[in-house]
Amino acid sequence: MAPRTGNPSLRPLTLPRERVAWLRRAGFFLGLVALWELLALLRVWPDYLFPAPTRVLESLVQGFRDGTFLIGIRGSLGRLAEGYLISTVIGLTLGLLMAQMRWVKDTFGLVVMGMQALPSICWLPLALLWFGLSPTAILFVVVMGSVLSIAQATEDGVRNTPPIYLRAARNLGARGWQLYPRVILPSALPSILTGMKLGWSFAWRSLMAGELLYTLPGLGALLSMGRELNDMSRVVAVMLVIVAVGLLTDQLLFGQVERRVRERWGLAGG
Amino acid sequence: MTLEVRGVEKEFPTRDGPLAALASTQLTVEDGEFICLVGPSGCGKTTLLYILAGLEPPTRGQVLVGGHPIAGPDPSRVLIFQEGALFPWLTAQGNVEFGLRMKGLPREERETRARGLLRTVHLESFERAWIHHLSGGMRQRVALARALAVDPAVLLLDEPFGALDALTRERLHQELQEVWLTTGKTMVFVTHNVREAVVLGDRVLVFSPRPGRIVAEHHIRLPRPRHAEDLATAEHAARIALSLRLGGEMAHGPTDRQP
Repeated sequence: MAPRTGNPSLRPLTLPRERVAWLRRAGFFLGLVALWELLALLRVWPDYLFPAPTRVLESLVQGFRDGTFLIGIRGSLGRLAEGYLISTVIGLTLGLLMAQMRWVKDTFGLVVMGMQALPSICWLPLALLWFGLSPTAILFVVVMGSVLSIAQATEDGVRNTPPIYLRAARNLGARGWQLYPRVILPSALPSILTGMKLGWSFAWRSLMAGELLYTLPGLGALLSMGRELNDMSRVVAVMLVIVAVGLLTDQLLFGQVERRVRERWGLAGG
Repeated sequence: MTLEVRGVEKEFPTRDGPLAALASTQLTVEDGEFICLVGPSGCGKTTLLYILAGLEPPTRGQVLVGGHPIAGPDPSRVLIFQEGALFPWLTAQGNVEFGLRMKGLPREERETRARGLLRTVHLESFERAWIHHLSGGMRQRVALARALAVDPAVLLLDEPFGALDALTRERLHQELQEVWLTTGKTMVFVTHNVREAVVLGDRVLVFSPRPGRIVAEHHIRLPRPRHAEDLATAEHAARIALSLRLGGEMAHGPTDRQP
C-alpha cells in the first residue's frame, strides 16, 4: 500500500482536540467583541476615541460599498507585489553569491548583517531625496525592507547543504553547475521559503509605513485619511482590513507550500 | 573491474598536527568479488571506502581501477552511505532516477529503468512515496536501487544496515546476496558486525584500531545463500572476532605510542 500524505489512521484522533481549539478561539473573540461593545455602551471613553464594534462594522461595510477600500487594497497589493518581486530576485542572487564566494560574504554579507539593524522606514528620507515624491521611493523602501532577510536565508540554506547530499550527487555523476538546480537549491528550499515568508511580512510592514507617511492610493493612505477626518471607526476598519489582507496573502502564498515542504523534508511540524 | 589499493595512507589535519587515520594499506579486490572490511569504529575503514569512491583523496599512495588511477568520484564506483543519503525532495522513483538524469537519459527510459529497479528491491508500489514516509529498511532499498541504476562496476557499502532491526537486516542480507549473484558486481562492504561480514563476504579483512591496518584476512568458502544464524557462520564469526581482538592487542602493543 502506498503511503499518502499525512497519516490517515491518526486523523480521527487529532480531530476533537482541533475542535476544542476552535471553540476556544471563537469563544475568546466573541467575548472580546462583547466586552468592547459593552465598554462602548457604558461610554467609558468618548465615542470619537472609542467607537463601538457595530460602528466599525458600519465603516467597514461602507468602505467596501463605495469602493475606496478595494481601490486601496488594489493599490497596496500592486506595489507590494512589485517590490517583493524585485526583492526576491535580488535576495536570491545575493544570497547565492554570499554562500559561494568568500569575498562577497566578507563584504556584502557584512552590509546585509548590519543593515538589518536599520528599520526599513528609515530609508524613506533618503529615497525621497533620491527619487523625489514618486512611487519609486516607496518601492525602494519595500525592497530594502525585505531583500535582506531573503538574502540571509538563502545564504544560510545554501551554506548548510548537508555535505552528504553533495557527495551522493557527485558520486552519481552530478557535475559543477548541475548541483545547483538538482541538489543545492532543493536542499536549501525550506530555509529559502522561511526567508521569503519573512521577507513578505517585512515588505508588507514597510509598505504600510511608507504609505502612511506619503500619499498614494493605498491602505496606508486610507489610514492617515481616517485620522485627518477624525473618523476613528474608519481608522479601526482600515486596520482590520490591513490585518486581513496581510494574513490572507501570507496564507495564500505560503500556507500550503510551506506545510508540504516541511512534511516532505521531514522537518518538525510537517 | 579489479580494484588495487597501493600503499594508501590517510592523515587528517588537526590542531595537534596530522592524525593518522589509515596506515599504509595494500589490497586487491578481484572483479566480481565480495569483500567485507571489519574493524572497530574509527579504524579508518570508512575512510578507505571514501578513498575508493574518489570522494576523499589519499594522503599517500594510489587506487587503481582496471589498471587506471582514479581521479575523483565516478558513477562506475557508487557508495551507499550509512544513512542512505537519499534526497528528501524527490520521491523513491525520483531518487532512483537521479543518476540516470545526470547521464542525460530520456524520461521514458529513466522511468522504465527506475521502475524495474524498484521491483528488484521489492518496492514496486512505493514509486511515488516520499523518503520520509519510508522505513529505514525501505530507504536502504531505495539507496541500493539508486546505486544500481547507474550500473556501477563496483558497489561500496558503508555499514548500510547498521541502523536496522535484526529481522530487516537479515532480509536485506538475502536481497543483497541475490543482487550480487545476479549482477556479478564487485562489492566492498564495511561493517563492524562480524557475523554480517561472514554472511556476505567471500573474503573478510580485519582492521586494527586507528591508524587502521589490515591485520588478518579470512576466506569464507561457505555455500550461499548464507544466514546469520547458521552454525558455520557463527563458527567463522567467532574466529574472526578473535583476530579482531588480537589485532587490537597488536596495535596497542609496547612498540605503539598510544596514550
